[in-house]
Amino acid sequence: MSLKSIIVALATGVASIIATQSAIAEPDVKDWPAVLKEADGQTIYWNAWGGSAQINAYIEWVGDTLAEAHNIDLVHVKLDDTANAVATVVAEKAAGKDQGGAIDLIWINGENFASMKRQQLLFGPDWATQLPNWQYVDVENKPTIVTDFTIPTDGMESPWGMAKMVFFHDSARSDVKSMPDSADDLLKWAEQNPGRFSYPQPPDFIGSSFLKQVLIEKVADRSVLLEPVDDATFKQVTAPLFDYLDQLHPNLWRQAKAFPKDYPSMSQLLADGEVDITFAFNPADASRGIANQELPDTVRSFTFSGGTLGNTHFVAIPYNASAKAAALVVADFLISPEAQARKQDPNIWGDPTVLAIDKLDADNAAMFAKLDLGIATLKPEELGPSLDEPHPTWMSKIEQEWASRYGIAN
Amino acid sequence: MLRFFPAFALFILVVPVLCGLAGTMLPAFGYLPALGGDEINLSAYKALFSQPGIGHSTRQAFIIGLASTAISVCLVAGFVAAWYGTRSFRATQHLVSPLLAVPHAAAAFGFAFMIAPSGYLARLLSPWLTGWDRPPDLLIVNDPVGLALIAGLVVKEVPFLLLVTLAALPQVPAVKAIHLTQSLGYGRMAGFIFAVWPSIYKQIRYPIFAVIAYSSANVDMSIILGPSTPHTLPVRLVGWMNDSELSMRFMACAGASLQIAVTVGGLVAWLLIERLMASCLRMFTTAGYRLKRDGWLRIMASISMTASALIVFGGLVVLAIWSIAGLWQFPNALPNSLSLRSWNTTLPALTRPFWTTVVLGIAAVIISVFITIACLAREQQTGRSGGNRALLFLYVPLLVPQIGFLFGLQLLLLNFNASASWPALIFVHVVFVLPYVFLSLSAPWRAFDTRYEAIAAALGTSPWRIFLRVRFPMLLRAILAAAAVGFAVSVGQYLPTLLIGSGRFSTITTEAVALGSGGNRRIIGIYAFVQMMLPFIGFLLASLLPALFFRNRRAIKGL
Repeated sequence: MSLKSIIVALATGVASIIATQSAIAEPDVKDWPAVLKEADGQTIYWNAWGGSAQINAYIEWVGDTLAEAHNIDLVHVKLDDTANAVATVVAEKAAGKDQGGAIDLIWINGENFASMKRQQLLFGPDWATQLPNWQYVDVENKPTIVTDFTIPTDGMESPWGMAKMVFFHDSARSDVKSMPDSADDLLKWAEQNPGRFSYPQPPDFIGSSFLKQVLIEKVADRSVLLEPVDDATFKQVTAPLFDYLDQLHPNLWRQAKAFPKDYPSMSQLLADGEVDITFAFNPADASRGIANQELPDTVRSFTFSGGTLGNTHFVAIPYNASAKAAALVVADFLISPEAQARKQDPNIWGDPTVLAIDKLDADNAAMFAKLDLGIATLKPEELGPSLDEPHPTWMSKIEQEWASRYGIAN
Repeated sequence: MLRFFPAFALFILVVPVLCGLAGTMLPAFGYLPALGGDEINLSAYKALFSQPGIGHSTRQAFIIGLASTAISVCLVAGFVAAWYGTRSFRATQHLVSPLLAVPHAAAAFGFAFMIAPSGYLARLLSPWLTGWDRPPDLLIVNDPVGLALIAGLVVKEVPFLLLVTLAALPQVPAVKAIHLTQSLGYGRMAGFIFAVWPSIYKQIRYPIFAVIAYSSANVDMSIILGPSTPHTLPVRLVGWMNDSELSMRFMACAGASLQIAVTVGGLVAWLLIERLMASCLRMFTTAGYRLKRDGWLRIMASISMTASALIVFGGLVVLAIWSIAGLWQFPNALPNSLSLRSWNTTLPALTRPFWTTVVLGIAAVIISVFITIACLAREQQTGRSGGNRALLFLYVPLLVPQIGFLFGLQLLLLNFNASASWPALIFVHVVFVLPYVFLSLSAPWRAFDTRYEAIAAALGTSPWRIFLRVRFPMLLRAILAAAAVGFAVSVGQYLPTLLIGSGRFSTITTEAVALGSGGNRRIIGIYAFVQMMLPFIGFLLASLLPALFFRNRRAIKGL
């Protein structure tokens, strides 16, 4: 054996030791007891939108439960825009901070997930489908659980809840029969009822979703939206959307010179009687509002018979998270029947479950059956078809176009 | 030992600002190796100026800064000129002063809750007077011109300017001058403005400059009250700084330098206005106008001052009611029912930010008070106060727009792995707390009758013991008052906590502003209520503790 080959052998050996060592630092989700052991005593910083008091209280409950069960200290870092969390990870990667990052878990979907996945800022590969509670997840009937805005999740984010766009009105002020049944109807309705409708200012998530709803309804060929946006055809494809908005805006609340900040603000406007129609991504939001005495108990829900936007929201772990084991435990707890049932209770939050009830044992299924979804919540069969989210690139481009058309004073 | 403290204080006030400015300017010109920018270029500025509506946002920050300052100064000058020395002056002064302690965000929320179309004023007058059974579709809060923001800034800056004016007044023989001008036949206000105001104005220039800097670069009040299509420049900058696109950081830094230019422009414009006003004043003075019939103007001055205070107080009360309100629809003046539900769901989430706020505030205040006392003691030793130049240094962190150097400071700290840590956060709070503590404490310290110390020294007491046994107890009230001011300042900090804490350290203020975007009035009510109670408790302790310590010392109790 020559000296050279010895050196090579030594170097390979050292390299492989280093490689194994850095591999040890990552928790192995297949060895769940080891994950639980490592998570014990960890502090986890969960970055999640903090604009809703009920959701914050639910996250607080998750923290309390896990503190007791697994000695995990959960800190909810409240965001007003999830892009901020992505920015933090980006900055950390740029500063070479590949370990010990500030964020352990992010509430995420759509463009933010796509951006993190593309920039390889996510913990992976596939961990979500290895979680013990994954067995209950309704992969078969809820396709958006594995395809997030046309992007395959590849197990790099774990589902948390289902979202579907639903509209609300106050039956004490307006008749349900007069409510619009499509984007075009809504335009006509707004002409007859000026100043009584608005949507949150994009890039607010719900506001952007309204734009997508209109775009999907108005676009000539829906299939182009599933592909990445093409700069050459963007103007032509989105022309119907912006024509629509040009017509709609003069009849919006405040003549579209100001917009509500987000959907809880719209809820307040509905309670005050400033607007007549609001919407949210949570079918039980009105029931939640009634239960919390924010809305009168005469508020009811409706959707469009042609379908409304539907998607799934997730949690993901940054590649440089400090407490990956604890993050895995939290993600797993979030899809446990106990946590999912509590989340679906309109007194708590009302967010629909990602689980398949028929996969649960009798006791757990009973927890869901027992839930009173609330007087203003539509039954699942009344919710109408779900429309697929466009490719995430559409969103950022539309938001830019929106900002340059309506986001600046003329 | 003491001799190092003035330099140390200077270090704390100036170095973070300078480093932060450098850390902002380099990326603005494309240099930030950590993010792959290693050559100097202007592409960040090109990107900045191609942003839609950037000119509009910039103009607005400039106009809002100048307009709100000008209105505040006029209100204060008018009020002092009209009523100084009268009983109603003291009454109004007692009404307005506590507002200084109310954090900006809480004041902005309270203000918005009053003036919005669905706000309390409209509820009080509807439907019996206005005929509204639904809120009118009027754009009052978040109006594109920024009138609501200007008004909000005015009601918050007036107490500050009034207080610094009151501090300046004793240095001027105001009452004598008023009597003199009145005996020469001048109207009360004209006499005051001609004879007294110029020398007061000279003393309150720096605070006025600080107000210009603050209001042109303000973020938290602008988020709550300001225009949103587009947002003002500072709000957009924070958005860019937090954008997920890496390249936006460069543009955000370029924007921050634009913000500095806006503030500098505002200051320059103000200097021009000063000149103009000074020559106007000279013209009026030499022309000999007596302007005797100022009765209506005096009443206006009093009404506007009282109204600006009452609307904030009213807003704070409305906030408190919202926090315990059940369903409360327009136009009811009171909720249908009361409920502690919101408090119950929010309290667990409130605990951590609450303690972060308290610990941060107390730590920053203790450090600032310590440094201040050390500097003042050194000044006493040498007999040199550093004069006007030292004062300017004190104002450095208040005159440079926060956004201009906090961006750079955040990037620097990130490079040293030091952001989002307690020391970094306490340090950046000290930068903003120290000037206020120093300004509050220096006057009573310098006014202290040194004969007490001379007697103690003559009796053979060591300097250290003299400080502990004579000066410290006698100045305890002033020290605690300065500490309370510092604590209020720390509680109100939004941007430093947000940027340096990297969102990991949430205080009541950052939570309140974040939730304010959520529009849930009950939750905003809770956070704003807690936010305003914290400084209040600070001031309460500051006035109660000395009374407790010195319950058997009539002369220093002074309650």
